Amino acid sequence: MKTSDDIELMDDAGSAVATDVVAEGKITTLKQVRAEQRAELFRKPSFLIGLAITLFWVFAAIAPSVLTSRNPRQAVRIDGSTFARKPPSGDAWFGTDSIGNDVFARVIHGTRSILLMAPAIAILAVIGGAFFGLIMGYYRGWLDEILSRIIEALLSLPVLLLALLVLTLFGRSRIIIIFTVAALFTPVVARTVRAAVMGETELDYVTAAKLRGESSFFIMGREILPTITGVLVVELTVRVAYAIFTVATLAFLGLTAGDRTTPDWGNDIADNYRLVVADQWWGAVFPALSIASLIIAINLIADSIDQVTKQ
Amino acid sequence: MSAPASLTDRITSGAMAPALEVVDLHMSYIVRGVPREVLRGVNFHIQPGEAYGLVGESGCGKSTTAYAALRYLPGNGRITQGEIRSGGRDITSMSSKELQAFRSSQASMVYQDPVAAMNPSLKIGRQVEESFKLIGQSASDAKASAYAALEQVRIADPTSVLDRYPHQLSGGMLQRVVIAMALASKPELLVLDEPTTGLDATVEAEVLDLIRALRSETGAAVLLIAHNLGVIRTMCDRVGVMYAGKVIEEGPAQEVFDSPEHPYTVGLLNAIPRAGLRKTDRALYSIPGELPSIGTDLPTCVYIDRCALADEKCKSTPPPATSVGEGHQTFCHHVDRVGELRDAEVGAFSNVSSDDNVLQLTGVAKTFRQAGQDIPALVSVDLGIAEGETLGLVGESGSGKSTMAKTMLGVHSYDPGGDIVLDGVSVPAAATNRTPANSAAMQMVFQNPDSALNRVWTVRRILERSIIKLTGASKDDARARAEDIASAMRLSPRHLDMRPRQLSGGLKQRVAIARAFAGDPKLVVCDEPTSALDVSVQSAILNLLANIQNDQRTSYLFITHDIGVVRYLADRIAVMYLGRIMELGPTDAMFQGVNHPYTEALLSAVPSVDGETRERIPLDGEIPSPKNPPSGCVFHTRCHRFVEGLCDTKEPELREIAPGHMIKCHLDVADLGVVPVQVQRKGSTFGEADGAELQSSDSFDDTVVEGEQVDPEDTVND
Repeated sequence: MKTSDDIELMDDAGSAVATDVVAEGKITTLKQVRAEQRAELFRKPSFLIGLAITLFWVFAAIAPSVLTSRNPRQAVRIDGSTFARKPPSGDAWFGTDSIGNDVFARVIHGTRSILLMAPAIAILAVIGGAFFGLIMGYYRGWLDEILSRIIEALLSLPVLLLALLVLTLFGRSRIIIIFTVAALFTPVVARTVRAAVMGETELDYVTAAKLRGESSFFIMGREILPTITGVLVVELTVRVAYAIFTVATLAFLGLTAGDRTTPDWGNDIADNYRLVVADQWWGAVFPALSIASLIIAINLIADSIDQVTKQ
Repeated sequence: MSAPASLTDRITSGAMAPALEVVDLHMSYIVRGVPREVLRGVNFHIQPGEAYGLVGESGCGKSTTAYAALRYLPGNGRITQGEIRSGGRDITSMSSKELQAFRSSQASMVYQDPVAAMNPSLKIGRQVEESFKLIGQSASDAKASAYAALEQVRIADPTSVLDRYPHQLSGGMLQRVVIAMALASKPELLVLDEPTTGLDATVEAEVLDLIRALRSETGAAVLLIAHNLGVIRTMCDRVGVMYAGKVIEEGPAQEVFDSPEHPYTVGLLNAIPRAGLRKTDRALYSIPGELPSIGTDLPTCVYIDRCALADEKCKSTPPPATSVGEGHQTFCHHVDRVGELRDAEVGAFSNVSSDDNVLQLTGVAKTFRQAGQDIPALVSVDLGIAEGETLGLVGESGSGKSTMAKTMLGVHSYDPGGDIVLDGVSVPAAATNRTPANSAAMQMVFQNPDSALNRVWTVRRILERSIIKLTGASKDDARARAEDIASAMRLSPRHLDMRPRQLSGGLKQRVAIARAFAGDPKLVVCDEPTSALDVSVQSAILNLLANIQNDQRTSYLFITHDIGVVRYLADRIAVMYLGRIMELGPTDAMFQGVNHPYTEALLSAVPSVDGETRERIPLDGEIPSPKNPPSGCVFHTRCHRFVEGLCDTKEPELREIAPGHMIKCHLDVADLGVVPVQVQRKGSTFGEADGAELQSSDSFDDTVVEGEQVDPEDTVND
């Protein structure tokens, strides 16, 4: 179909100069693309499975008492007697631990702390990483050299070792754990962001911004940062998964915030893993499976989004 | 659909099955879950030994057709209808084993980017040998064959090339290696997908010479895809013009280009500046609208939306094949009216350049430092650009064109000792030290609008920000002015709220031009602004630039590889080599008169769409590294008029040989002479003629990039 834009325009010199204006309806609009991408996403089984699992855990974190009526800190008593070290059954779906606590109730109630901490860690790490990555990728030169060496040094040390060191020095409140792990993740994010920023600074729009006299701060924050949001979103999801793993590991090593009776996946694995050799596997295996399922689910979502947007 | 069966009998061997026959081919790509039709019934065939070209805008399906011809389909591609036959066998129904056998013995493909076609971690020798082992040769045979294959593609020192990695070879050299590999199986069909697109004109000419010579040696049929119509004209016997997944005109190359009979072909050919056209002669034609995107429903004539001749009949009935000459057919209802389009009247642009220089460069040099070594990228350039003038800047890649532009703009700071004077006032070397007025006065239009526009900003924001920064306008004023500028660039108001990726290439480039003109610049540097665009869009952009210049007397520094474009638009032309200006003069003088030997070679390399061919002056080897420039005249290592003892010892001065025409060469005007223009050649005979010439006169030694740099000491002592 033809719109008025398509009609040749006469310019001042009297020559007919046609425009290459796109006729309405011929271009795929951004909205259409988004709708098609969403439809494609919801056709992907991997995305649906990941989404279902994640939503289940989010629900468990928000309203644990809907899923289980048992108190995670109270030993189950059936017919007046303690019901400890019992394998999974109709009475206790995931069995009971050595004290008699219901493992299912502990797993469900243990969701909240990890689902609060992991995203907080990931967000802080991405903010910090974006800041350093932008500075390193944009300025390059000696600043980049120095920061890169520091990052390499940090990355060569095991994250856990550093975390243990910091937590033993400064105590182990939830806030300190969040900031410590976030700080340890920052260099990894910074390195990824740096690479993305370096790619962007090669592009001519950065030169164009310099040619009209923009400040470095403006170019970094307003021109480059919005273009790398895709990288940041991927980093965020990946870091959430790693954070779950790291926090659980710290808890396993005994570095949890709060007292030991608080339901916590890592903590519960630590408490029960010795019983696995005594064939009482359920106390450790179910929290471990929970960690695995959440990490896998988040990765399934991240991968699906990545695939669809790359098409 | 009627296949052009009548043609089959005409060409040489009527009895033999065609090397490639594509019948009513329909193909779809599945994008975001939806199948989208990209080929809508393609019909053509190639006789054994014939060269067939496919042309059309990007997105018309020509590359898809080429890949489909060998059934190289991307993961989301589906052939929905039609047949592809080669040597009488249907490729579409082959099993994967048969297909493999077919590809390894009968057909080969050469891709656009030779760098991507080679494995970067394996030596050339191993990769070339591999293609011989694939056809069943033993390891020792393959080694010998690899050597012979590189000799066949005129590589002077195969032993050393076989022992190198791909990154150590130049683009032209790599493309030769890729061609050698493609020829390993002695294919009957060679598919070339834009084989010279990424290469410099001089290297392109060499690769085309090679393909032409090999064709006459091996007798392979060739399917050539190119967006450069000149390349197709000089290479092909027959040509098919594709539009929206259909061949809309087909015939002998010469006939199609000299008397096109489809409105689209006419539009394409009229859009290119050809036959020495200048902007003062007439404006360029452009095709309104743009190619329908893939998957769009197009029930009747595919070209209907952009055709000036379209009427009710075109809407209701698909156009039948109409024969308009021997073996020449077009799909149009109004063949009798196509002539109207060919001779349409358009206005011209006037020359608005004055004598006052708006910008003057004096002794401007730029030396980069890399790993403790000085690299003089720009050597003492003196250059003035007059108000309202277009100065064309040409030269091979690596000649310093972009460095000069960026030094002028302050992206690079020039070395101490130079001076840039803008409107009578000296400006600071670095862009960051320049005043907003300085910045507003000099702006740039980049080669690739995708890279030049921030993809997350809307067009409105891009324009407003530039206006605010360059003119100091308030937010409200900027808003109003952005709309004014946009409409001056013929962008419609609804484009203002779109992001660059929603716009076509031409529209994006308009936005980039609008941004450059935000602060009423005195000088705009245009760095190959149309090289990423199709010819139909290129003409609209060139017209737009010429138009603004007529109105605002803006000066342009126009960097380009396209000799036709620079001849059309430029008032004066400067030729650069190794950071030095080798020749500078009025455009007419550059194309008529005596030239610097380097300019001669550059001009002779251009494949012409008009069928006129100059005697090609080969430029041996690569442009030397500026790190280690040759002694004396920097061009002496590649010069065909080299005088020993003079050119290699003393650097010539830039001297005036005619008013305003300067060359940097020792030789007398009488010795330089005029390059003779050869008589037009017939399409079918040039293969052999050129092959013979190529073997006798051309030598392709020295094409290895690294480690074989010219050593100035050696040449002095000789």
